[in-house]
Amino acid sequence: MSLLLKIAARNILRNGRRSLMTVLAIAVGASAMLLFGEYIAFMILGLQTNMVQRIGHLTVSKRGYFELGSGNPAAYGITGYRDVMKLIEDDPVLKPMLNVVTPNVTLFGIAGNFDVDASKTFFGSGVVPSDRERMRQWNEYRFERTAPAQAPAMSDADPSRGVIGVGLARILGLCRPLELGDCPQAPQGASSASAPSVQDFSELAQRDLPRTAPKRGLPRIDLLAATAGGAPNVVSLYVARAEPQGVKELDDSYVVMPIDLAQQLLYGRGEHKAVGIVLQLRRSEDIPAARARLESLFKAHGLELEVHDFTELQPVYKQIIGMMGAIFSFIAAIMGVIVLFTVVNTMSMSVMERVNEIGTTRALGVRRSGIRRQFVAEGLLLGVLGACAGLLAGAAIAYLVNRAGLTWTPPMQARPVPLRLLASGIQPLVIGVWLGLVALATLAALIPANRAARMKVVDALRHV
Amino acid sequence: MSGDERPAPAQVARLREVVKTYDDEGLRVTAVAGMSFDIPRQRFAMIVGPSGSGKTTLLNLLGCIDTPSSGRIEVCGQDVAALSDDAVSDFRSQHIGFIFQNFNLVPVLSAYENVEYPLLLLGTGAAERRERTEAMLASVGLAAQRDHRPNQLSGGQKQRVAIARALVKGPELVLADEPTANLDSHTGAAIIELMRKVQHERAATFIFSTHDPQLISHAEETYTIRDGKLVEHRSEAA
Repeated sequence: MSLLLKIAARNILRNGRRSLMTVLAIAVGASAMLLFGEYIAFMILGLQTNMVQRIGHLTVSKRGYFELGSGNPAAYGITGYRDVMKLIEDDPVLKPMLNVVTPNVTLFGIAGNFDVDASKTFFGSGVVPSDRERMRQWNEYRFERTAPAQAPAMSDADPSRGVIGVGLARILGLCRPLELGDCPQAPQGASSASAPSVQDFSELAQRDLPRTAPKRGLPRIDLLAATAGGAPNVVSLYVARAEPQGVKELDDSYVVMPIDLAQQLLYGRGEHKAVGIVLQLRRSEDIPAARARLESLFKAHGLELEVHDFTELQPVYKQIIGMMGAIFSFIAAIMGVIVLFTVVNTMSMSVMERVNEIGTTRALGVRRSGIRRQFVAEGLLLGVLGACAGLLAGAAIAYLVNRAGLTWTPPMQARPVPLRLLASGIQPLVIGVWLGLVALATLAALIPANRAARMKVVDALRHV
Repeated sequence: MSGDERPAPAQVARLREVVKTYDDEGLRVTAVAGMSFDIPRQRFAMIVGPSGSGKTTLLNLLGCIDTPSSGRIEVCGQDVAALSDDAVSDFRSQHIGFIFQNFNLVPVLSAYENVEYPLLLLGTGAAERRERTEAMLASVGLAAQRDHRPNQLSGGQKQRVAIARALVKGPELVLADEPTANLDSHTGAAIIELMRKVQHERAATFIFSTHDPQLISHAEETYTIRDGKLVEHRSEAA
């Protein structure tokens, strides 16, 4: 060990209590930043997992749909979407990256339950049920599941079974048939206030819909929408399950149905199209490569299609990351200021106590820079000790929290999930916190170190 | 006996019209008021005078840890005013050893490490460093206390470590400010004997600032100053 570090280490030990307080302050800062960083990392990956399970990593749509199409999805259908899917699935570059490639249809209209004279505008999605289930199994970050896996509510074999939001189920008076708890009865005549005449709608449904036998135990709702040609169209959907959605507006209007039914509603007897082709990748880090390949593929084949990733389709993802980043920065800044003042105070006291020693070593031939290095080395050692202690303490706390069985409900989710502090894959965070605090402690020591280096030798030697 | 009556040996220090003034709470104080004299090499030289006469200031100037307000000082043949701050530090490291009244050992280093310290500053190799440090500690009689920290040593032992530290690098000039002031007379006498011995062995020049009659009785060169001026110089035959 060099003389510099030897003297630094021994001076730290010599003022044990003061050094301990300084190390503790740095350690608390390191622990706080590490734990909060781990919490944010867990939350962001959890949010990402939830979104990717629902909407995949990338969505291919007709050019202009992202900007203008949501008002009229039928007009932005992808013609020959099965050929496009085959093109994607057979591409040798994309193939190893793909987990699921599936079409979807987005639509909206009016959902009605004529048994109770209730109706509500709905936002619907037509999916391939088996693909939907496979997408929901995506778990790149290996999160635990809180609730036991439910049997799929929809099946490729039965195009008339779908799922709706719990809020919509309440509005449509489906609490009892779907066995929903906490479900107040709507006052008479209040449920269809925002919808067109229920009577008109029911007449249309009774005229157009074939007389199908009710499915055993499943309530039926009717969905009314305008086809691509502008004509009204009606289909029946048997509600297999109500699933809570994290956002109330969505929960009150969400309908997911097999794509065949959605296409029948949206395109009637015309050509059935898909509004989007959803790609779920095996690994999220492949998004840029997959996107670039898709764009070049579409360009090469003259397809007027565009590609968007889930962060563009769900801007709230980036907003949450930005907000968490700002909170982390704020906490880091507070911790940084505390560490800065603590180290400056400790090192200033050390300089004041060692004025005579500074004079002596200068007289022996140590340069001003040598004195500066001596005190900076002490700040560095304090920083290293504090940062290491803090990271170890943080790891221990994370271990305990992860085994405490805590749960929480993340933003935009309806069900609680286990609360975890992400303990793996956080090397950049650990290195960043360690380096940041060590650098800060070292820089903080520079202030008193400069004061020590500027002392006149004779004045320092005279100091009592 | 006047030192001017015999041929002077080569000088370790030359002072010409050296003045040192400083401000003491707004009051201008002249500590050294135009001194001009030479100090010969390899001598046991004493700067004596009453308190406040400028002894310590003069010693600081000779040790290159203070600069004159005017005049010229050459130490070991070097005009120190011509050197940068870093160069003066290096010069001190190579040529000058210090012994302080309060010993001024580095408290967190052992006796061995304190003595080794100047050699580390000079970049001496590990083997030579160890050999010289151990020899120096043995010559001041502290081989057995090599691992003791300063707080585990008596006053006399501390001053022995300080002497070893000052001499381990083989400096041309050793400056000692009241080296016996904090020691009892018996220990003081032993320290004086030790310094005489190593001065002869290593042919170094010792310059003391002192009031101690016991130490003054060993002087080969005596410079008496009063009110910042040299009032008498006595030189004993070599």
